[in-house]
Amino acid sequence: MAPRETTMDNATTVGHVAHGHAHDEPHEELGFWRKYIFSLDHKVIGIQYAITGLLFLLFGFCLMMLMRYQLAYPGSPIPLIGGLFSPDKAPGGIMLPEFYNQLGAMHGTIMVFLGVVPLAVGGFGNFVMPLQIGAPDMAFPKLNMLSYWVYFMGGMTMLSSFFVPAGAANSGWTSYPPLSDIATMGQTIWLFGMVFLITSSLLGSVNFIVTIVQLRAKGLSFMRMPFFVWAQLVTAFLLLLAFPPLEAAGVLQLMDRLAGTSFFLPSGLVISGRPLEVAGGGNPLLWQHLFWFLAHPEVYVLVLPAMGIVSEVIANNTRKPLWGYRALVYSVIFLGFMSFVVWAHHMFMTGMGTAMSAFFQTTTMIISIPSVVILTALLLSLWGASIRFTTPMLFALAFLPMFGIGGLTGLPLGLAPPDIHLHDTYYVIAHFHYVVAPGTIFALFAGIYYWFPKATGRKMNDLLGQIHFWGSFICINSVFLPMFIQGLGGMNRRLYDGGMIYTHNAGLLKWNVMIAFAAWGLGLFQIPFIINFFASIKWGTVVDRNPWEATTLEWSAPSPPGHGNFLTEPIVYRGPYEYSVPGAAADFTPQFEPEKA
Amino acid sequence: MNIPYTVEERPDTGLANGKLGIWLFLASEVMLFGALFSTYIILRIGAVEWPHGELSVRLGMINTFVLIGSSVTMVMAWASLKLHDFAKHRLYLLATFVLSGIFLVNKYFEYADHLARGEGPSHSTFLAIYFTLTGLHGLHIIGGMVVMAYFLGPGARMWKKYPEQFTNRIEYTGLYWHFVDLVWIFLFPVLYLL
Repeated sequence: MAPRETTMDNATTVGHVAHGHAHDEPHEELGFWRKYIFSLDHKVIGIQYAITGLLFLLFGFCLMMLMRYQLAYPGSPIPLIGGLFSPDKAPGGIMLPEFYNQLGAMHGTIMVFLGVVPLAVGGFGNFVMPLQIGAPDMAFPKLNMLSYWVYFMGGMTMLSSFFVPAGAANSGWTSYPPLSDIATMGQTIWLFGMVFLITSSLLGSVNFIVTIVQLRAKGLSFMRMPFFVWAQLVTAFLLLLAFPPLEAAGVLQLMDRLAGTSFFLPSGLVISGRPLEVAGGGNPLLWQHLFWFLAHPEVYVLVLPAMGIVSEVIANNTRKPLWGYRALVYSVIFLGFMSFVVWAHHMFMTGMGTAMSAFFQTTTMIISIPSVVILTALLLSLWGASIRFTTPMLFALAFLPMFGIGGLTGLPLGLAPPDIHLHDTYYVIAHFHYVVAPGTIFALFAGIYYWFPKATGRKMNDLLGQIHFWGSFICINSVFLPMFIQGLGGMNRRLYDGGMIYTHNAGLLKWNVMIAFAAWGLGLFQIPFIINFFASIKWGTVVDRNPWEATTLEWSAPSPPGHGNFLTEPIVYRGPYEYSVPGAAADFTPQFEPEKA
Repeated sequence: MNIPYTVEERPDTGLANGKLGIWLFLASEVMLFGALFSTYIILRIGAVEWPHGELSVRLGMINTFVLIGSSVTMVMAWASLKLHDFAKHRLYLLATFVLSGIFLVNKYFEYADHLARGEGPSHSTFLAIYFTLTGLHGLHIIGGMVVMAYFLGPGARMWKKYPEQFTNRIEYTGLYWHFVDLVWIFLFPVLYLL
């Protein structure tokens, strides 16, 4: 059957019955372009997302390594590569403040919107989720392909902004007006890039929700779904409902920049000693509300898939059921709801009023409860287990305390009074990086090591994996722990020389040298990962369907699964984590194993 | 390989994939326009004075009825398919297409009038939000017209081979179209009357 007709335009299919028969027919061999580039297969699209996301993570990290050199040695020329930059960025290799601002804005944008989300949702969600629910593909394969290519165009748009006059966006990844309204051309490109990315995630999230609701295999009730699928479901809802307000905000800012409106420009604004020639009457806080209405749920978009991955890896390597599966599910749903009503805790310092602050600090304290429930359940899952310390498990185990540090250090920021002191300092940087970098990115690495055998049919090398893990673990903590000290001392973020003119920074700036070396070390320790990744595709140990002796549905498909995923129609007989069932033959009873009569 | 439930409903959810998909899409559209309406409220609350009578209520009223009419013809286009009357379906779908065209022509006259008087989006916050909201709504109208043109043209071939799926597609187009109509029902009083 020709693949074009297999996707949507077939009115004669009746559910899985037809799907089971389809495998008797020979598959038409697709050409290179249809198979690897413009593929409709969720696995190929997932891998496309993952590789693009990883490349953007690397690129965003390189921007950070440059910034770290500037902070460690302000005003001295960048060694080795300093000569590569044009004079309007780094004349004589010495970084200009404007260029530092561009790097800062683009680091944040690239890491969040082009790196972590595409890898966590587009990559893992696309590849793993349909397999885990026993679906032959996503519900709308063409939309799926479109969403990848729109994301790709958004990424290229963002990258191109480095080459326009006066460089890329430089108003921070938050793009606060009025600054962003009057910023250089790069900001306009940034907004167009964001419109692409938002459209892509809209297409993706509709597809994810429909797939999870509609294409679950026979017997897979909602309460039998692996926790990873639950996490993806809630994430998709957050993307679906939180991103449109940012799209609206982006349109308004584009109007401000291109059509001369003043949505975010108040009356009587004076810039560089001259009054701004606009109608006025706008409200800069409006942008912040619309932005954080997206960007707070976005935090959970970054975190929930990571929690999902960690749950799968922990259940598999402790050889025990997850502790409190139902509590995890209810918590993740509650977390999703609450994430829509906490956004203004990013705005305690804007003068929006104490009543608003009181409301949002209360909701913020409430939302910490389900997060703690999830973390506690995962921690208790380790209790009394005979743990297999595989490479993915090391990353998953490291996620728990590091995400914990990120979460707990967020509590003082969620309360308005301490936030007055901590706001906009390196404490904030350390806090959210602990959530996203040692937290989420470690979980993503766990996921890569865990599902690599499913995607390629080969295992990644354990020794290189261990080097990668321990090196990254030590370096990443050396990067972010000192920032708590700097932040508590009052050192502000976003200053291109770290804030040398302030006397209170005198004893704090010395940490920047150590942080810089730790950051470069972190970069070096990614080399074993990159080698491992490519070498294992060719030379890794060949594995069968279920190398980890896991219970969920993806392990019943061949490694790698062919087009259509399963050889026979998958049927689910039990919950997702039936490990070490008393009286069972093995210490794992897969979801797809029929009951014995 | 076939994707299940592209046409028939899944028994336990009672939905076909496309229907759930279009409703989710509309939910996100609600958030998009919700954010813009909130913007309108915040700007208006913060304004020292807010202009009245800037827009032609007559033209807005005509457009309101044109769009409501187009929603009716859209339903008829779908209902005709359910009654297996393809010729009638085409007639009604064409009528919907023409009505949406009339809406846009009307809108063009309104825009041209403002711009001729030098009252572009940069003139005041009111006109800024007016042009943004109606402009975005206009883009949604154009998007709907493109889909309708597709089903009047090459997309219509599907009726012969897969009538059920074609009917579903017209139904989903209709759901979208009613949403676009509904947005206007909110826009008209908010911008023209209040």
